[in-house]
Amino acid sequence: MSQRPAVETPEAAAQALSHSPESLRARVQQALEEAKKRGASDAQVVVSHSVGLDLGVRKGEIETLEHERDQNLSLIAHFGQSKGAASTTDFSEQALLDTVEAACRIARYTEPDPYAGMPSIAFKAVDWEDLDLDHPWELSIAQATELAQRTEQAGFDAESRIENSEGASVNTRRAMAFLGDTQGFMGGYRSTRHSLSCALVARGDDGMQRDYAYSVSRRAADLGIPEDIGREAAERTVRRLGGEKLSTRSCPVLFAPEMARTLIGSFTRAISGPAQFRESSFLLNALDERIFPEWMRIEERPLTPRGLGSAPFDGEGVQTRNRPLVDRGVLRSYTLDSYAARRLGRETTGNAGGARNVTVRPGTLDAPGMLREMGTGLLVTELIGQGVNPVTGDYSRGAAGFWVENGEIVHPVEEITIAGNLRDMFRAIVATGSDVDYRGNIRTGSILIESMTVAGE
Amino acid sequence: MIDNLARQTLLDPAGLGESELSRLLGTTFGREGVDGGDCYFQFACQEGWSLEDGIVKSASFNIERGAGIRVVRGEQTGFAYSDDLAMPALLEAAGTACSIARAGQSGSVAVQGRTPARELYVPDNPIDSLGEQEKIDLLKEVDAEARAADPRVTQVMCSLAGSREVVMVLNARGELTTDVRPLVRLNVQVIVEQGGRRESGSSGGGGRFGYRHFREHGQAAAHAREAVRQALVNLEAVDAPAGSMKVVLGPGWPGVLLHEAIGHGLEGDFNRKGTSAFAGRIGERVAAEGITIVDDGTLAERRGSLNVDDEGNPTEETVLIEDGILRGYMQDELNARLSGTQTTGNGRRESYAHLPMPRMTNTYMLGGNADPEEIIGSVEDGLYAVNFGGGQVDITSGKFVFSASEAYLIENGKVTRPVKGATLIGNGPDVLTRVSMVGNDMQLDPGVGTCGKEGQGVPVGVGQPTLRIDGMTVGGTRAA
Repeated sequence: MSQRPAVETPEAAAQALSHSPESLRARVQQALEEAKKRGASDAQVVVSHSVGLDLGVRKGEIETLEHERDQNLSLIAHFGQSKGAASTTDFSEQALLDTVEAACRIARYTEPDPYAGMPSIAFKAVDWEDLDLDHPWELSIAQATELAQRTEQAGFDAESRIENSEGASVNTRRAMAFLGDTQGFMGGYRSTRHSLSCALVARGDDGMQRDYAYSVSRRAADLGIPEDIGREAAERTVRRLGGEKLSTRSCPVLFAPEMARTLIGSFTRAISGPAQFRESSFLLNALDERIFPEWMRIEERPLTPRGLGSAPFDGEGVQTRNRPLVDRGVLRSYTLDSYAARRLGRETTGNAGGARNVTVRPGTLDAPGMLREMGTGLLVTELIGQGVNPVTGDYSRGAAGFWVENGEIVHPVEEITIAGNLRDMFRAIVATGSDVDYRGNIRTGSILIESMTVAGE
Repeated sequence: MIDNLARQTLLDPAGLGESELSRLLGTTFGREGVDGGDCYFQFACQEGWSLEDGIVKSASFNIERGAGIRVVRGEQTGFAYSDDLAMPALLEAAGTACSIARAGQSGSVAVQGRTPARELYVPDNPIDSLGEQEKIDLLKEVDAEARAADPRVTQVMCSLAGSREVVMVLNARGELTTDVRPLVRLNVQVIVEQGGRRESGSSGGGGRFGYRHFREHGQAAAHAREAVRQALVNLEAVDAPAGSMKVVLGPGWPGVLLHEAIGHGLEGDFNRKGTSAFAGRIGERVAAEGITIVDDGTLAERRGSLNVDDEGNPTEETVLIEDGILRGYMQDELNARLSGTQTTGNGRRESYAHLPMPRMTNTYMLGGNADPEEIIGSVEDGLYAVNFGGGQVDITSGKFVFSASEAYLIENGKVTRPVKGATLIGNGPDVLTRVSMVGNDMQLDPGVGTCGKEGQGVPVGVGQPTLRIDGMTVGGTRAA
């Protein structure tokens, strides 16, 4: 019906950063010096900058074309045991001075905290390896448009019941950040992140369903094939048509890999420094305790080349390390920054900014094998709502998925909840799959839990 | 003609005057085939103070300044933003945003000031509404109040946040509108412990006013006591039931039900594209008789209120459902134009670096006739839920959830034991047809809501009277 949109800018999408590493470093240095001048005993500055392109196509036509360009300077100024923080997106000379002034002014009012301070120099990264995170994608708008169009079209072609679309989109972003402090640490690196995604709508006899598929990576060459992503989105959408409620029952629950990730996410939050020192964790003081079955192992792997969560040093310049979090089912480490470490009388684990590339050791069963292992029960492919109490571990979330009998999918299921307590659920893990989903900071295969309460009719 | 504060914070530092704005408009929107768009200028300063372990140990101050330029042509949007407001950077962003439009001669568009018809909030900067020491003292009072409330309180965390945004929208027609938006919020969370069992409780409030509001109404202390009360209730909570049952929702914040069950589904973009479970259903019955729901951005000082939306259009009171019949959607300019209707002043964006889209403001159900006591008394066996965390909806299938954080069993018409938090799930297009009683106690929430859509967060409000719903699925662990 309508023609392709006329695109007037043939040049490659801007993957060129508009600040040089030298200019970011100079801003870090200047902010540190200004803080010192105002009497700060210590200071830390992070300057970041990114450029990106986000192009969305819907029903074959460009719907949105967004050019992203962000910058931020943030500063923490310590005055003995007191501190203040400030940030700005304005990189003018005056804004930089105002920001330093604001942090210093705040520090005059905040009260001394015996645990405040920066990490000991002994923990700082000195020499770090290149984690291969920077792979700019010289993608023209015409090329991006074509990729998105191919993705979406493959979805429409795959299934006749796909009658509508929320669109397909291509996103590419390149960032650079520098971190420096008054103890002499200065480090920075560039990184990229590219993605291709598609969300489709299908109509059945009793209403509509929507689902999506996506691929994300540091390197464009590692992205999935557009046609595969479109087809997967179509299949995921259509298989949800005709969903039924279940009657209320207790049964085994198999979390598909992208949902299993959320269980591991609750685990990493519970072992984080703030959750521990605020006594707001269902795994409070659980170090050296068996919280998973004996065969389970979970590692943090921040140094994985091209990993989506990889970083050579943490948000305080502390060296990151690959290490076990859970070994033989036993919790071996919290994830701490230097502040939490001092609060808990421990050493920093290089987790300022969180845990990175948390990896559940894969089991031997693939996705069909996991269904057979469950036999009869609920396969969960979507969860909605928050429904997790971080203090008690009480868990109750909206779910959709499939009813499974004798290892085979019988029918789609919707408008149900699944409930339990995370401590009990972790202990009741029967198997983890080899179907690992690498598209995020948490990497796990599917997770089978012996029994949960399913509420429906 | 241009608001003084907008001139001082956005235009003067970048050396921009009316002739520059006129040239920017001409370059951006003078081209052939451009249907609309805007240059959105924003200056925001925001601060946060937090208390933990009885001391105010950290605080932060942030400044954001920038402009987003959006060009709309048919169903297409081109967008770029800049944190540099100088003319060359703006022209570059404009050129990028125009890449969806046809090339052509740029014309010139005259700038005309529009004055907002009303002042729903005082434009003073909340950050200056108390001295720094007074802010610290306020947090310390909250801490002391919470700790004094019960010896089982082991942790108190509270925070005070304030911001002021100066927004200037210059649309493709040359109309220039400004709005100065204050916003404050106070939050308290406590942990209580008894016999090795730990539970949490929280409370908070806020709106578009200064910090003194928390003082004048004794609100700060009230939030501290409320957080402790909730935590202590949860210490006694037994496992929640599982399955379909009668549910009575308390007034105020439980209105998050409306936000999820029907609010998102009635946003203009989803309905224009036909991806909402409510698409094409105007004039149909989607709720029981007697139920009227509005989205109202014009309430004085409310968290979800705005003098004008982020497209510079006055906010409105929009009737969504009237006496159970679906009456209208919430629109921004793009979706209204493509749907052949008018904007309802619901075009909102998180910041200059985000695109506007139809969003809710304050969404609530009008009160009915029933006495809340009578509503509870009418239920033989069910759940009474009075406090909630967040919710979520799948607008295409219509399935939605919201999670109770304080709930009780109703047995023989009486509220009995507290139960643990549980998620409630339902189907948006039919849940309100099961409402059998509407209370006379309509209440708005205390000013804590933030709505997320496509990665953008905006402050919103909700409200409702006590409601009885005959049959919702309650996601507890105790199968009947």
